[in-house]
Amino acid sequence: MNFEKMTIVETLQGLKAGTFTSVDVVKGLLAVMEASQATIHAYVTIDAEGALKQAAECDRMRAEGVDLPLLGVPIAIKDNMNVIGQPCTASSRILEGYKAPYDATVIAKLRAAGAIFLGRTNMDEFALGSTTQTSGFGPTENPVARGCIPGGSSGGSAAAVGGDLAICALGSDTGGSIRQPASHCGLVGVKPTYGRVSRYGVVACASSLDQVGPMTKTVEDAALLLNVISGVDPMDATCLDVPVPDYTQAWAKADVEKPLAGMTIGLPVEYYGEGIDPEVRALVEDAKQRAVALGATLKEVSLPHSDYGIPTYYICMTAEISANLARFDSVRYGMRVQCDDVIEQYKRTRAEGFGAEVKRRVLLGTFVLSSGYYDAYYNRAQKVRTLIRQDLEAAFKECDCLLSAVTPEPAWPLGVYQNDPIRNYLSDVLTVAANLSGCSAIAIPAGKTKEGKPVGVQLIGPNFGEMTLFKVAKALEIAR
Amino acid sequence: MEYEVVIGLETHVQLKTKTKMFCGCGTTFGAQPNSHVCPVCLGYPGALPSMNKEAIRYTVMAGLMLGCRIAEYAKFDRKNYFYPDSAKNYQITQLDYPLCIGGGVEITGEEGEKKTIRIHHIHLEEDVGKLVHRAGASGVDYNRAGTPLMEIVSEPDMRSPDEAIAYLNALREMMIYAGVSECNLEEGNMRSDVNVSIRPKGQKEYGTKIEIKNMNTFSGIYAALQYEIERQKAALNAGQALRQETRRWDTELFETQVMRSKENADDYRYFPEPDLMPISLTQEQIATWAKDLPEAPAKRRERMIAEYGIPEYDAGVLSADRALADFFEAVAKHCGNGKLASNWVMAEVLALTAKTGVELSASALTAEMLGELLKLLESKTINGPTAKALLPELFEKGGNPADIVKERGLGQVSDTSAIEAFVDAVIEANPKVVAEIKAGKMAAMGFLVGQVMKQSKGKASPQIVQELLKKKF
Repeated sequence: MNFEKMTIVETLQGLKAGTFTSVDVVKGLLAVMEASQATIHAYVTIDAEGALKQAAECDRMRAEGVDLPLLGVPIAIKDNMNVIGQPCTASSRILEGYKAPYDATVIAKLRAAGAIFLGRTNMDEFALGSTTQTSGFGPTENPVARGCIPGGSSGGSAAAVGGDLAICALGSDTGGSIRQPASHCGLVGVKPTYGRVSRYGVVACASSLDQVGPMTKTVEDAALLLNVISGVDPMDATCLDVPVPDYTQAWAKADVEKPLAGMTIGLPVEYYGEGIDPEVRALVEDAKQRAVALGATLKEVSLPHSDYGIPTYYICMTAEISANLARFDSVRYGMRVQCDDVIEQYKRTRAEGFGAEVKRRVLLGTFVLSSGYYDAYYNRAQKVRTLIRQDLEAAFKECDCLLSAVTPEPAWPLGVYQNDPIRNYLSDVLTVAANLSGCSAIAIPAGKTKEGKPVGVQLIGPNFGEMTLFKVAKALEIAR
Repeated sequence: MEYEVVIGLETHVQLKTKTKMFCGCGTTFGAQPNSHVCPVCLGYPGALPSMNKEAIRYTVMAGLMLGCRIAEYAKFDRKNYFYPDSAKNYQITQLDYPLCIGGGVEITGEEGEKKTIRIHHIHLEEDVGKLVHRAGASGVDYNRAGTPLMEIVSEPDMRSPDEAIAYLNALREMMIYAGVSECNLEEGNMRSDVNVSIRPKGQKEYGTKIEIKNMNTFSGIYAALQYEIERQKAALNAGQALRQETRRWDTELFETQVMRSKENADDYRYFPEPDLMPISLTQEQIATWAKDLPEAPAKRRERMIAEYGIPEYDAGVLSADRALADFFEAVAKHCGNGKLASNWVMAEVLALTAKTGVELSASALTAEMLGELLKLLESKTINGPTAKALLPELFEKGGNPADIVKERGLGQVSDTSAIEAFVDAVIEANPKVVAEIKAGKMAAMGFLVGQVMKQSKGKASPQIVQELLKKKF
């Protein structure tokens, strides 16, 4: 049996029916995971022993009549979330040797729901990148569009789920880091509303933008996972006390023929301009037509400050990065280049421990916060950020959600554009607004290019508009 | 040339919260190094700060005590700098929206006049760890990292080292009074950065400012200021220009030394802390906290002088400690004699706490007991020596003084005929002394009084004994 091809729903069904055990599933997965490491390299750490132990415990619990939302379901975790006892490197050499002394809140919630932690997925170093090529431990290959990037920064999670090397995964999204790799690997990826999911225990990239979310094979799986990881957390002051609905009920009452009847889907004109690959454009067009056929009304809307999205994002993000990465100094944990002088030790450890992209962004962030430049860059960017948020708020007065491409082009070959940071940064152009404004967004498969590269479509919803997004996503869902 | 001294202080006061500012670790002083730490205060990957609301309340209380305006909107910022004592290599502090703005501290100035040292603002921030240097290696103790600190920034209103010390003493007293800090100097609860400059008398513009960092004793501040003022005067008199710089006080050489000059001042790259929400305080919230605010010590002193008719000195001693002042006032109200209460609290009670090493609050003695005892004394039911003899017992075990006096028959004997019998007996038994007195040696009278008191087992009224003895001669 190909356990690795299963969804969460199928896994739970089989476990409940007794068709197979959790240990069966984990063993099956571990075999394909190990076998794919030399090629796909989705994982930086595989915890075979820990996963099997957990699986046996889950089987025992189920035999005793215990039922939990994810009891016995294995999950792959992006390498930036602390799982007690496991390494947690954010794919950076500087965190080599660090073992997590605590569980991130999302991990604690998954653990309480009965999930099993298979291993840790590769990512761009500290989530800085959109190709997973900045990882300190080597790149990950797209398992669907072979020879291409899987996207990033949650590229390992996307490759694991998209390549059937996991049932499901968690990613984190700072500027598109869940949605873009989900799109490149043919998956569902949710960027929840800022404050929906706790960030405690997730190695910070940019604190005001980061949000953890599900990366799954189906919309229903994503809803199931979000149910578990959402909710207020006293350990994260930015995590909000907003009731968590049952996201799997989002489409429960929808009309069978016309599930989107009465809904208005906005098309931001700025997101349909130049620079969108023709095949991507065609697949997005197809999604639009299906939405109409399912009863939705399409409406053009405008997000006038869209042009400022990328520069604003790269100022806010790098500023926060420069401070967030300061703690990696060799004093308390992680890598250390031992020197007699502590300042020398800082310099050498950071010079050797961080990769080029990390250094680039720390330098940029340090610059935009510097005395004399703060007002021109950081402060100005904060103001533009407010304008971008207001654009979206205005748009949501006219429609229930927005629909666009996730990323302007399909996955490109590994190694290409590697020395062209601007080109890489521009691939975030359609995704950063949701992070800058804090609102909800989801990427779902839209089809494949003639070459067989997956392409996704993005839905952007208001703050805490996840129910709306799931309803539309479920209606538009096609086989991946 | 005559110069005027200008001093401003930035004083860090450690709040006495049970836990740290952004995590649940304890704040006990003197614990095993790195025993009060967790992923948050160690700056572990992924850890986030969560606000200790008690620290906000204490800071607001301090602000109210100093007459500050409490901000309805405040926020936290990150101050970036690399140093091993900082777990995150940035400090969470408040740059431009502090919790308390304005206010002042009243001191007695150089010429004995009342003078207000204005407060610029009070902001809240986290403390850093402690570097421990040993031969060949240095270590960091992060127990203190993340402890809440208020930084109380004064205006440059002080004109002499004495005024600076007067300000610090007044500030310390008010913070202890408000119950927000222990202000224990030995434990580093109160540390100041001292800014000092001099200018020719009459000049409006400030001179070049020198900052002396991280001073934790008042005597050190006084000595450093004296040294620094003389150094600056000498430089100006010699025609040298002063450089704006940060200096440190060398406690062994007794001089200030340059740490860094303004040209290579750090750029801290402050920006708003994205991990914490801004603070908005409602007027209702502030008003609720204000209800717990005690009367300021200076005001209390004035009121106590007026209300109980006690000398300024007594009021000063009694008001220095809020609990002692509360105790005194309760005793005074109970017995109805402020001066008597003040004498007893200051002389007898404080002597007992000093002798036994037991704090008043830890003793069995309540204000009601002492008030009752003094009432018995006032009504001449017992005499002074009896009251004094009873106090240690009340201090140790407590009890109702009236009951004790009744039970043990300690009531003072004021019956003249009963005492006269003792007097006659004593005169008869001491012919030698009687002869001396008759010869004019009146000092020997005291011996006879003592003998009578002894015969009466201390219960005779000493006044009556004296009167009777005088009559006999």
